Amino acid sequence: MTRVDERSSRLSLAYVLVAFAAFGLAAIFGALQGMDRGGVITMPSWLTYYQILTAHGVLMALVFTTFFIVGFLFSGIARTNGGSLTPAARRLGWTGFWMMLAGTLMGVVTILTNQASVLYTFYAPMKASPWFYVGAALLVVGSWVAGWGMFACYRAWRRAHPGQHSPLFMFAAVATMILWQICSVGVAAEVVLQLIPWAFGWVDTVNVVLSRTLFWLFGHPLVYFWLLPAYITWYVVMPKIIGGKVFSDAITRMVFVIFVVLSSPIGFHHQLMEPGIDEKWKFLHVALTLSIAIPSMITAFTMFATFETAGRAKGAKGLFGWFRHLPFRDARFFSMFLAMVWFVPAGIGGIINASNQLNAVVHNTIWVTGHFHLTVGTTVALTFFSVSYWLIPHLTGRKLTPVLNDLGKLQGFLWSIGMLFMSGSMHTLGLLGGPRRTAGTTYMNDPTALSWLPWHKLTAIGGGILLVAAMLQIAIVFYLTFKAPKGEEEYPIGEVAEEAEATPAILERWRVWVPVAVVLILVAYGYPIFEMIQNPPPGAPGIKTW
Amino acid sequence: MHIHRYEKIWLLVGGVIVVSFIVALFVNAFAMGMHPPSHMQTIDPKQVDATPPFDKPGVHKVGDNEYEAVMTAFVFGFNPPQIEVPAGSKVTFISTSKDVVHGFEIPGTNVNMMVEPGHVNKVTQTFNKPGEYLILCNEYCGAGHHMMMGKVIVK
Repeated sequence: MTRVDERSSRLSLAYVLVAFAAFGLAAIFGALQGMDRGGVITMPSWLTYYQILTAHGVLMALVFTTFFIVGFLFSGIARTNGGSLTPAARRLGWTGFWMMLAGTLMGVVTILTNQASVLYTFYAPMKASPWFYVGAALLVVGSWVAGWGMFACYRAWRRAHPGQHSPLFMFAAVATMILWQICSVGVAAEVVLQLIPWAFGWVDTVNVVLSRTLFWLFGHPLVYFWLLPAYITWYVVMPKIIGGKVFSDAITRMVFVIFVVLSSPIGFHHQLMEPGIDEKWKFLHVALTLSIAIPSMITAFTMFATFETAGRAKGAKGLFGWFRHLPFRDARFFSMFLAMVWFVPAGIGGIINASNQLNAVVHNTIWVTGHFHLTVGTTVALTFFSVSYWLIPHLTGRKLTPVLNDLGKLQGFLWSIGMLFMSGSMHTLGLLGGPRRTAGTTYMNDPTALSWLPWHKLTAIGGGILLVAAMLQIAIVFYLTFKAPKGEEEYPIGEVAEEAEATPAILERWRVWVPVAVVLILVAYGYPIFEMIQNPPPGAPGIKTW
Repeated sequence: MHIHRYEKIWLLVGGVIVVSFIVALFVNAFAMGMHPPSHMQTIDPKQVDATPPFDKPGVHKVGDNEYEAVMTAFVFGFNPPQIEVPAGSKVTFISTSKDVVHGFEIPGTNVNMMVEPGHVNKVTQTFNKPGEYLILCNEYCGAGHHMMMGKVIVK
């Protein structure tokens, strides 16, 4: 059994623990915010609703996800690289870690001193402290440096194994980081070229439509950056846990390549209701967005195929007999399975949001909040929780005990019930027109807004259950890190089925796929961005409105 | 690369569904004109009150049962805060922001647009049922975001 060596373990563990610290803090902010909105508590004057909303969003969506993903991918690369990272990879990994941590602290301090209540989308011309933007830039650039460490390890492996396909986990991790580095050029350009000079007062005004376009050039691929590590778990780790085989190496690689190519040129679907972008360009992005449902449909097929072949190998009979052979008693599988189930309504919601005409009904309503609490908040988060149940003991040289296994299943169950209430009522509220990112209000007792109140209460109940589940997860992480009995916990990596077809070499040629992705971005964004710079709207001066 | 026969069927069905979604959206958009609000006109956010049509905010009759509602958005309200139109009228809302980004949404209708400094945006809606319609800001704009509202009274 290949173990991740101690030095690589320490690096991965550092990332994962920062991720869960951010998660715990963010969960408390989320619960406070829900209780304030539901009228259960009133925020003190030094801590406002929008301040904790910003803290919740930044810590969950940016800090928890990015730190966890980088730590997880490093561990998997070490595991498939014979148990260790190359010294160069480790050095870059630690450099990235300290940059990301410094950026996070700058962000948290500016938010908690109320200098940056601009939410994690920081829409100009709301003007936060320049140090908030510097912190955001450090977080992103730090993750690039960590990614370069992964690329270095991948290159070393390829040099040492000429003519062979890289290990599937390593390949998928590299794909995820390539996607991330391509797309975050957009937000880096926004922050470095537009927001930082403007926030320091070196320029007076900001081109609002350009800043939003650069943000969403990054903002949608960002969700695939969250999703792909979950997909890695499903494709590569899950088969081993259920006692089966990876269905197809080639299909797995193809899915990741499609995501790298197609995830960036689709950001306008976040800007469908905006002026300053021609409807024909919006439509191009809508069509491309819908086509990215294809790799997720391939994933659905592959998951069922993996379940079924594993079940049949164990002697399952009938059309659905394999279902009973799935290890639902194993927390590592149970939470992951729930994550997959939740991805079905989450994906359908995504297709609705991306459709330019349906979007008029749900745009900026709390439906959208409900949607991403299903995608990143449930599908991705539950998968990461399931990973933590084996990854943390593996890294710390401890064991997941049967009691902890049961608590893990309870966590997954509570999380799902909480989300059922919270996300379900958010979706309903959104269809009724309830806005997102809005403190408790009845709009001066407007009858429409008053009719929403029962749904707000249900949202708050769901949020309460989620807080309990979040604290349980933090307790599990703490126990697995410091208290669990010493032992060996397996790092599950599935093997490819013998009958799977050979993988075409083209799927590993990043020299082909990266240029294809860049060309598609230039086609989808080149002319609109050229127009926004060539014929800019009159600039908007910055303003602090909180 | 060999692809399993069942997977081919699955992908064919899924692909046909996706393509039919795109075709339906295309026909709605380009044959029936159902485009999302995408107005291209620019405006200086510092000069909104002096720039037509925003120098005269309010409801203007432009045809039989047709109105233009010129409404500026700012922290934390709309000007005018309330408009009145007769039942059955087709109203085009024309708006821009004097400061940060705002939303302009009327729950229960398809009126939903972004109002951004530097740009004018427009959306059209026919009000058949008399009553009071809430206008709200659905894009976070600051400490008073949840107070930002307006009304359409349909008589």
